[in-house]
Amino acid sequence: MKKLFGAAVLLLAAAVATAQEPKPAAQAAPAGNAETGATLWRNVGCWQCHGYEAQGGAAGPRLSGRNLPWTGFSAYVRRPANQMPLYTEKVLPTTDLAHIYAYVQSRPAPAQNVPLLQK
Amino acid sequence: MARKLSVDRRNFLKGAAVTGAAALVPDAVTAAAQAPPAEAGQAARPAAATAAREADPVVEVAGETTARPGGDFMVDVLKSLNIEYVASNPGSSFRGIHESIINYGGNTMPEFITCCHEESSVAMAHAYFKVEGKPMAVLAHGTVGLQHAAMAIYNAYCDRVPVYLMAGNSLDATMRRPGVEWAHSVQDAAAMVRDFIKWDDNPYSLPHFAESAVRAYKIAMTPPMMPVLIVLDGGLQEDPISPEVAPRLRVPKLTLAAPPQGDSGAVAEAARLLVNAQNPVIVADRLARTPAGIQRLIELAEALQAPVIDQRGRMNIPSRHPLNQSESAGQQIANADVILGLELTDFWGTVNAFRDALHRSSRSRIRPGTRLISINSVDLFAKSNFQDFQRYPEVDVAMAADAEATLPALTEAVKRLTTDDRRRAFQERRTRLEEAHARARQASKAEAAHAWDASPISTARMAAELWNVIRAEDWSLVSESGNTSGWAFRLWDFEKHHQHLGDSGGAGVGYGAPAAVGGALANKKHGRISVNIQGDGDFLYAPGVWWTAAHHRIPILTVMHNNRAYHQEVMHIQRMANWHQRGIDRHHIGTTITNPNVDFAKIAQGMGVYAEGPITNPRDLAPAFQRALAVVKKGEPALVDVVTQPR
Repeated sequence: MKKLFGAAVLLLAAAVATAQEPKPAAQAAPAGNAETGATLWRNVGCWQCHGYEAQGGAAGPRLSGRNLPWTGFSAYVRRPANQMPLYTEKVLPTTDLAHIYAYVQSRPAPAQNVPLLQK
Repeated sequence: MARKLSVDRRNFLKGAAVTGAAALVPDAVTAAAQAPPAEAGQAARPAAATAAREADPVVEVAGETTARPGGDFMVDVLKSLNIEYVASNPGSSFRGIHESIINYGGNTMPEFITCCHEESSVAMAHAYFKVEGKPMAVLAHGTVGLQHAAMAIYNAYCDRVPVYLMAGNSLDATMRRPGVEWAHSVQDAAAMVRDFIKWDDNPYSLPHFAESAVRAYKIAMTPPMMPVLIVLDGGLQEDPISPEVAPRLRVPKLTLAAPPQGDSGAVAEAARLLVNAQNPVIVADRLARTPAGIQRLIELAEALQAPVIDQRGRMNIPSRHPLNQSESAGQQIANADVILGLELTDFWGTVNAFRDALHRSSRSRIRPGTRLISINSVDLFAKSNFQDFQRYPEVDVAMAADAEATLPALTEAVKRLTTDDRRRAFQERRTRLEEAHARARQASKAEAAHAWDASPISTARMAAELWNVIRAEDWSLVSESGNTSGWAFRLWDFEKHHQHLGDSGGAGVGYGAPAAVGGALANKKHGRISVNIQGDGDFLYAPGVWWTAAHHRIPILTVMHNNRAYHQEVMHIQRMANWHQRGIDRHHIGTTITNPNVDFAKIAQGMGVYAEGPITNPRDLAPAFQRALAVVKKGEPALVDVVTQPR
């Protein structure tokens, strides 16, 4: 199973942006609160694969700093490809998903010119 | 085999004909053969009255000591096998050979390593092999010990690693001590692990032991390598080497079997496919049995200028070799027209994607017509019960052979078939791959910068800080590292065979900590800095191994990847809740290690290990790692507990 999750990362990053058939029309994101979204991010398990800061890892791609469009983001959560478990409206209402989206969008930009990463 | 009563033993010695020791017999045997001559006519079987007295231990006082027990000869055999260590939690069913090892054998070759759990003993031996390239021994009770050891044996079996297992037993029911010795005796000790070892025997005599001990070593070391088990009867260990048996005792010569190479016709066909391919891809998993395996893989890859995907069952290719394209594995597989799989655990899973959804599904990840070539020693030996063999791979060329041994012939065949036109095409491919490798390295560094200052600390930050501390040392990563998102592979410079040991094989949690200590034990005499990125859940299985590390002064720098959970299971429970559309916020129940949080530093300190933490501020990592490294350089274990992101 470890390899299943490991393999997922190879495909998920691309899938986030492209997995839906047919592609839904672009929509503006509903109003969301990043602070509420942070709580939801932890409560409903997003952090498990994407990290507390949405920085990504072997089990799920980075979502921070990507400026993902709401339409693709929300559609993917409802009908994910690959290994991500789906989140239905029943367990994660769109209003809550909008808070989570706001949290993801609020993540700070990566550190610049980190000396350890220049070596 | 049967343990003898003391009277019987005395009379047998008196009545036996004594002959000179055979040539080449060890010291223990020679001494036994030179016992005082027997008095004529006193070797008759005991009469009924005598036999009755034999059952009363008060009656007999003579013949209660021996200077040459069978265990001494067993030690001679082990010494001939060049076995450096025997890991063991002490047990009465092997008290005879235990005493022979420490007194007759001088507690060297093998040296007794005291363990607090048999699972630790086996996992230590497992990782020791992957550093040292030769088996380490384990001693265990034939019943309770083997059951404790079973999970670790299964890991070694799945990982195709030889472990030299010995288990004590008391077969003669009339000679067992009442009580515990009965509960610790068994008709067929190996039965409980026979499904996941390669070979076992239950020697009836010391000559039988000698042959089986050497045979077991040879079988274990012949690819596919796996654990083997010799059951040691208590009577054989403890009773004197009789003058009758002594002349028959000798240590058989050990000649390891040359690893099997692939059939020459199959090698030629594989070479033809690879040379003519537009996008050949080499995938390596448990390929490099030895350091030579790395060089052989590089030679083949460079002969073709083909990308290599390292599935990291072993240290197969340097992380910074430009043909190492592991970071783009999915893309390489999807574009390939020929794929060469070298000792793959799961060829099917390499070329197919499987979706873990309520309605499970799979799809091919390769283009129609892609040709698959497999070289795998596991095809030479299969068992049916445990299902570690994975889905059946439909390949085009299958060589039941050792891949490392086959690579030189394959490389030569590739070179013979390579025309100037193909060589130019190969060079163009090399240029593209070099550029892709450089881009992947830069991308990894850019990714690592995300959440750089986060708390809990990102696994990328932890790996980068650790690398900065050890990069100038002769280091060896003795742990698995998959659960930290592979950051060590993405940021560190892996080059040598001992710098990565693969994983557990069977994914049995509890392998990590003892395996790390076993790898560090092997690294000790080489003066290497052993580094262990340690999962918290794994640590808790058998934490007594840290006492073993402290007691035997095994230097190892352990960094806790403390995500306070059995995190894989957190994700699985989340998946179930999502599928069932209920309680998606209850994933922590039964999966997390909180309330209270475990203080790993205190546990380690209690075992005699230098320890710091828990560390939650990433800025505190570097000085803590430096202090711990200073301890390790003095020859001691040290631990730094880092509270981390989940992966």
